[in-house]
Amino acid sequence: MGNLIDLIKSDVRYEDSLKACMNCGICTAICPAAEFYDYDPRRICDTVQRGDEEQVEKLLRSDTIWYCGQCMSCKPRCPRGNIPGAVINILRKVSQDMGYYKDSHMGRQQVELMEGIGNNILEIGYCVHPDKVLPERHPEQGPVWEWYVKNIKTVSPKFGANYHGEGAGALRTITPETMEELRNIFRVTGGMGFHDTILNGPHDE
Amino acid sequence: MNRFWNEYQKAIADDHFFYERSCIRQTFFPGSETAFLRMLREELNKDIFDDFRQHTCTGIGFHCDIVPLETTMTVVARLFSLMTEHGYENYVPSCVTSFGVFTEMVHMWEEHPELLEKTRENLYKACKREFNIPKNIAHPSDVIYHFRNELAEKMKYRLVNRFTGKPLKVVEHIGCHYAKIFPDKGVGKAEFPYVLAGMIESWGGEVVDYPERRHCCGFGFRQYLVQENRGYSVSNTKKKLESMEPYEPDFIVSNCPGCSMFLDRWQYTIAEMEHKTYDREGYGIPVLTYEEMAGLLLGYDPWELGLQIHQVQSERLLDKIGIPYDPKAKYRTADGKILRAPEKPENLLV
Repeated sequence: MGNLIDLIKSDVRYEDSLKACMNCGICTAICPAAEFYDYDPRRICDTVQRGDEEQVEKLLRSDTIWYCGQCMSCKPRCPRGNIPGAVINILRKVSQDMGYYKDSHMGRQQVELMEGIGNNILEIGYCVHPDKVLPERHPEQGPVWEWYVKNIKTVSPKFGANYHGEGAGALRTITPETMEELRNIFRVTGGMGFHDTILNGPHDE
Repeated sequence: MNRFWNEYQKAIADDHFFYERSCIRQTFFPGSETAFLRMLREELNKDIFDDFRQHTCTGIGFHCDIVPLETTMTVVARLFSLMTEHGYENYVPSCVTSFGVFTEMVHMWEEHPELLEKTRENLYKACKREFNIPKNIAHPSDVIYHFRNELAEKMKYRLVNRFTGKPLKVVEHIGCHYAKIFPDKGVGKAEFPYVLAGMIESWGGEVVDYPERRHCCGFGFRQYLVQENRGYSVSNTKKKLESMEPYEPDFIVSNCPGCSMFLDRWQYTIAEMEHKTYDREGYGIPVLTYEEMAGLLLGYDPWELGLQIHQVQSERLLDKIGIPYDPKAKYRTADGKILRAPEKPENLLV
């Protein structure tokens, strides 16, 4: 076949991300995800570098590629200048393009992320906004957050915010004109199609 | 300056900045963005522009792998087009992840000129806009660091314990995307990040050097944003808190919006789950943004900076520095109405 390896290598980030891994494992030593999950970025780089289609497909269908937290602590540590965290970005893109992400529990979380962050971007122009950080879904935010969200209209002006206001400032409403330009960018560059595919997907058999 | 250390410096513009707001900071620390603009305009007499037509850089979506590279690249280009339209060349993104994203896109355009052409084409097709690449991209913490001595001259207070006369012990946490992605774009690079340490030392404090100083706060993007994955996030913050605990820091300061929030909120969570705090008295270690730290020393009102919307409360720190505050004003609305205080946590003292 050779299709998956070709797809991975055709990503413009590949050249910078995986030059030649010597399997030293320093990326795994520094990796916060490797401390928490059964995760080993060294093995991922090795699997991609070996180019075994079967193993790569197995990887793309697994939970493994979704464990990385994207802190990029691996980048300044790699003695060969590889970027395992960016290899992950490529693998995740290919997994989603191929529909393989649906085969793993962690991969299927992309739908939840798209419904949350993805919709926020396209609907209000923010990735995160106080209206979207609901206390009932964020118990870790504590009672002060619950208080702030409840009173945000009257309290946030004290901090100079412009909550749902016109003009400039924190938490202003982004104008329909700006939102249309933002959505147009998504339409022109494939972001909208990607969004719709993850949510509704042609990959549903 | 030592010639070796000189290699660890970065270029930071002196004036005329285009400001780009952060989704996380607008959500959790709006007072810090306001304080940054106030410091630039009122304390330093600098020109900084805040355009109402800006929007997310999509950085969180990009690192959650739900926004494709070409899309984020063109979104970045639109933000640069606003800067260009207003005649600015110095770009100041409020968020550390945005700073990483902008730096990465510019790097890719330099390495692959065909991508730059494609982005220009995409932006024009989508928005009929054109853009220049900024001459200088600096994070707001770079800008405050750059002017730390000028600000020090205007400060009413110093990072000194007024009861003991000793410097306050400060943990500084640098967001991973500040210098780990492009080490030469950060003051001190990835190995010796000095952007916050420089402020602390210039303003009278003492930097705490502890084993997990450079460990990630644990945000992890999808590892926090998906509720069932949050164990990853709290575990990494816990690792840092356990490591700093023996040094008894007076407070933590961070230059990353996510880190500032997580280091605060996970202390609450751990206290509620495990009855454990990382200070002696059970109040937790206050976490400040660098603007909150600078603003307090300049004499800004703690309740206008927004310290009351942190979960770990900061009155004990204010008392140590000698900063006056009105306890009755803490939970007042902007027009002076007194609100009922938030509920108290079961274990974390407030």
